[in-house]
Amino acid sequence: MSSLADIESSNLRNNLREATITQIALLVVVLGGVIIISTAMGYIRLPAMDVIKVLMAKLSGRTGLIEGMDRIFPVVVFDVRLPRILSAAIVGAGLAISGAVFQGILLNPLADPYTLGVSAGAAFGASLAILLNIGFMGTASVPLFAFIGAVVTLFFVMYLSASGGGISSTNLILSGIIVAAILSAGISFLKYIADEQVAVIIFWLMGSFGSKTWANVGLTFLFVGSGFLIFMFFARDLNLMSLGDRTASSLGVNTKKVTLILLVTASMVAAVCVSISGIIGFVGLLVPHMMRMLTGPDNRRLIPISFLAGAILLLAADTITRAVLPSEIPIGVLTALIGGPFFCYIFRQQQKTRKI
Amino acid sequence: MSFNLESVSFYYAAKKIIDDFSIDLEAGKFYGIIGPNGSGKTTILDILCKHRQPEKGAVLYKGKNISTYSQKQLSREIALVPQNFYINFPFTVEQVIMMGRYPHIPRFSAPTAADRKCVVDIMDQTEITRFTNRFITELSGGERQRVVFARALAQDTPVLILDEATSNLDIKYSLSLLNIAEQRVKKHGHTVISVMQDINLAAVYCDYLIFIKGGQIAAHGLTPEVLNPETIEAVFNVESKVYSETYCDALQVIFKK
Repeated sequence: MSSLADIESSNLRNNLREATITQIALLVVVLGGVIIISTAMGYIRLPAMDVIKVLMAKLSGRTGLIEGMDRIFPVVVFDVRLPRILSAAIVGAGLAISGAVFQGILLNPLADPYTLGVSAGAAFGASLAILLNIGFMGTASVPLFAFIGAVVTLFFVMYLSASGGGISSTNLILSGIIVAAILSAGISFLKYIADEQVAVIIFWLMGSFGSKTWANVGLTFLFVGSGFLIFMFFARDLNLMSLGDRTASSLGVNTKKVTLILLVTASMVAAVCVSISGIIGFVGLLVPHMMRMLTGPDNRRLIPISFLAGAILLLAADTITRAVLPSEIPIGVLTALIGGPFFCYIFRQQQKTRKI
Repeated sequence: MSFNLESVSFYYAAKKIIDDFSIDLEAGKFYGIIGPNGSGKTTILDILCKHRQPEKGAVLYKGKNISTYSQKQLSREIALVPQNFYINFPFTVEQVIMMGRYPHIPRFSAPTAADRKCVVDIMDQTEITRFTNRFITELSGGERQRVVFARALAQDTPVLILDEATSNLDIKYSLSLLNIAEQRVKKHGHTVISVMQDINLAAVYCDYLIFIKGGQIAAHGLTPEVLNPETIEAVFNVESKVYSETYCDALQVIFKK
């Protein structure tokens, strides 16, 4: 009896592991395909084979592959489109994994990377830099100020919610809401006194991947990549923390330390994403939420799957606004317009199927 | 010797929750902690599993100060069934019980055949095998409490701490889980430290009772020596009669309304 159950349950586990590997492999293939297709799409249409040839030539250094091709193609692929495409994919991945981690730490499936006021802080910093026309860092000034705004907000929110017994999730959410409300009033004030720059501020706030550089790609990849490794290291502890503080610590998790590390890392990842792209809503909420229905709540599966799905989703959205729509609409607006109603739909479906 | 508490005090927002608490707990005994609401029972358990650090005094586990153990080491020594067992994410019952094995499984390794066998055996013992693939979020309060209890048993530690671990269970499962805990004490020399509201259930299972009032020990001793109307009156302010009941081979208490 017990050995039969043993075999059944170990089969189930193996199936689950195999399913996860299949899902990851599938998503990697899809992501590669979407990258190539979206590189081919745009004002100048390129054959997909040429895109592959250009990539192969760059990676292997064999210039023979691109002989006889239009001279402009490699430039379009490599200098114009790829930085934007990779930025969009990396930011999508970053927002999705930090959303997954925020939902795990705050024990709230509806938390997102912006719950702690990170986006409001970044927006305030960026608005301030645009208003004061700060340019000592050249084009990097606005992202830098956005990043500083996000990080300062994060630490202030954590300071507000800290009590003797550590940081409680209710406190964090409440402090995040309060601070975000204050900051958005501040942003309104900055817009009010901004005169001519008000359009620049509004445009920045709605998010865009236009005119991204390889430097942007490198920086986001560094943060999102290290964030991913840190999240994966603590993924099992994050599972235990969903059983509650006491239980997690009795199962060997140093809950205060792990909470702090994960909160700071997830916020840093979100802050870098916002500072590069502006505010892009719903990716961080929607992707982990949907993927959890696919993988279950185990963070060791949820985080890598969300990483890939977030990259695919945001890249697809950016390609639609860049190359499909007659005129480019801000990516943050697009994700909210599509993601919002879609979220309402799946949320409602879940309520209907819930038995209790 | 399992635990030595040496004049432990704990404050919460300048209020003294635990006041000059000293006691020695031996290995291989079933301890019951009894006291009114808000008397500091859960706080004492938190201090025993290093979830909270006392402001004054020291807690020794196996003769060494508990603060010298890492969280990881303690997780192989002490398991806890907490009072609050709400879980927000839809893990399956089997996944939750497997989490009890995590202290024995290295961070990036898969569970071994022995871990899996342990989980299956525990589910069998605690009669939750039929929930194996159900989501923990879909279970009733009592069913969830049984899963949480089983998770702590799967941790397989020499010390088991129960914080009103049977509060939501019907009498059948209360007895069956407490029997498993008692077996571990008798057979394997494990230590059980249990906060209990039901004095009669405590009288049946506990070798030793500790009565707490206002963060201090009001009385402690072997169950037959300490369980009497005077102690109950002093701790709960209720009149009662204590008698020896041969049917369950233990002292029992009835109360005056």
